[in-house]
Amino acid sequence: MLIRTRRRSEANPSEITPREVYQRRRDFLRGGLALGAGLVLPAAGQGSAALEYTPGSFSTDEKPTPYEDVTTYNNFFELGTGKADPARNAHLLTTEPWTVVVDGACSNPGRYALEDFLRPWELEERIYRLRCVEGWSMVIPWVGFELNRVLRKAEPDGSARYVAFESVLDPDNLPGQRRPVLEWPYTEGLRLDEAKHPLTLLAVGLYGDALPNQNGAPLRLVVPWKYGFKSIKSIVRIRFTEVEPTTAWNLAQPNEYGFYSNVNPDVPHPRWSQRTERRIGELRRRRTLMFNGYGDEVAHLYEGMDLKRYF
Amino acid sequence: MPPFVWWLALSAGLLPGAWLAARIGGAFGGLGVNPIERLLADTGTVAMIVLLVALAVTPLRRLTGWAAIGRLRRMLGLLAFAYASTHFVVWFGVDLFFDLLLILDDLTTRPYAMAGFGAWLILLLLALTSTRRAVALLGRNWVRLHRAVYLAGVLAVVHIVWLTRADYRDAMLYTLVLGLLLSLRVVWALNQRRRARGEPARNGVV
Repeated sequence: MLIRTRRRSEANPSEITPREVYQRRRDFLRGGLALGAGLVLPAAGQGSAALEYTPGSFSTDEKPTPYEDVTTYNNFFELGTGKADPARNAHLLTTEPWTVVVDGACSNPGRYALEDFLRPWELEERIYRLRCVEGWSMVIPWVGFELNRVLRKAEPDGSARYVAFESVLDPDNLPGQRRPVLEWPYTEGLRLDEAKHPLTLLAVGLYGDALPNQNGAPLRLVVPWKYGFKSIKSIVRIRFTEVEPTTAWNLAQPNEYGFYSNVNPDVPHPRWSQRTERRIGELRRRRTLMFNGYGDEVAHLYEGMDLKRYF
Repeated sequence: MPPFVWWLALSAGLLPGAWLAARIGGAFGGLGVNPIERLLADTGTVAMIVLLVALAVTPLRRLTGWAAIGRLRRMLGLLAFAYASTHFVVWFGVDLFFDLLLILDDLTTRPYAMAGFGAWLILLLLALTSTRRAVALLGRNWVRLHRAVYLAGVLAVVHIVWLTRADYRDAMLYTLVLGLLLSLRVVWALNQRRRARGEPARNGVV
C-alpha cells in the first residue's frame, strides 16, 4: 500500500516515532533509491503518516517556501475568506470517509473510496512554483501523481474535450459555504489536453506528509502554469464533458477570471498588474514569468490562441 | 472642553499607529507570512476608520449639542491624513519599491487605485490648508474647500469597494457608516434651506 489514511482512533505515529527518526529513515530510503536505481521501495512501515514517494521529474531546484508559511497563508474560501482562516478552521473539514466520483463522457466511470482511488498510483514529489492571482508566489513540494493516470484509467470517449472538477460541499460544517461568497460547490475545469499534460498533478501530500486540510486534503489538483485558484482543493468529483465546464471564479466575475487563467505577465487582472509578484519570504518583487516559468513545457498547448481573449 | 479630552482623543488615535509599529518590530505576532501586504491592508483600514471618525464629529456635535467636540475635528482629520499617507508610502515605496512604471500602470489603468489616490490628494490639500493662517487667508472659500472631505470619504469607500473581490462585509460596513453620516448632512442642509424660506422642517432631525 502506497498511502494509508489513518483512522481518527489510531495513535498518531508522530506520537510514537520522533519526527527526526522517520525523517532520517525516509532520507535513507530516498538516498538508497538514488544510488541503486530500480530498487523497489519497501512497503510502508506500520502506519506512517509520512508518505512513500520518489523524487519526480519537473521539480524546480528553487528553495521551497517554509512549511509553516505554506500551511498558514492561503486561500480556501470554504474555510473562510481571510488567508489565515483556512488553517484556523481546518478542523471543520472532515476527510474520512472520502469518496471520489469519476464520471461523464468516459467508458470506465467509477465511484471510489479514497483508499481505493489512490491505491494503484505510485507517488512522487514535485517541487513546483505556485503563483497566486493576487500577486504572491511560493515554491511548494507536493507529493502526488499525474492526473493523466486517472484519465487513462477512466478511458474518456472521443467526444470528451474537457475535465470538470468539483470540490467538497458541506455547508453544515464549512463556515465559508454558509455565505454566497462564491457559487458552491467550488468548480474548476481544464481542457482535456491540459489535464493530460504530465505537469498536471493530483496531490495528496505536502513536504512528504499527508496534505493538511487547509491545503485541500485529501486530494487536490495542482496546475503549476495557471493561477493558484485553478488548482481546486478537496476534490470529490472528476467528470469528462463535451462543453467547457463552469468554474467558480468565472461565474463570480467573468470579466476578471477566464477559463484558462494561465499565468501571463502581459494580461493584467483588473485589480492587479501581473507583471511582478512577491515570492513569500522576499522583500522585493520579482518579474512574473510567462506560464509561471513552465512555457517550455506548455506553450505549445496554446499555439495560435489569442491569450488576451482566452485569458 | 477640558484640554485633556483633546489629548485623550489624540492618544487614542495614535494607538493603531503604535500597534502597527510594534508589529513591524515583531510584537503581537508580527505581520505574518506576507508582511507588506498585511501592512498595506492594515494602514488602509486604520486610515478609513479614522477618516470616518473625523467625519462623524460634526453630526455628533449637532446630535448631542456638545459644541466643544468640534475642536477635535482638525486633529482627527490630520490623523486620518497621516494614516492615509503611511498607506500611500507603503504602497509605492515598499510594495512597488518606487517602480514608476508599475505605479503609473496602476494609476492609469486601475480605477480603485485612481480613487484611492484621489482621496489622498484631497486629504493632502486639506492638510496643507489646515493652519490658522490658511483659514484666515481663505475666508469663506476655506469652508467650501474643506467640504471636499466628503468627496475624499466617498472616494476612499469606493477604493475599498472596487478593491474587494469576494467578501464585501467590511466594504459594506464602511459604505453604510459613510452613507449615514452624509445623509444626515443632506437632511440638515435641506431643512436649513426650508427654514430660510419660512417653511417648517419636514422631519424630526433638526
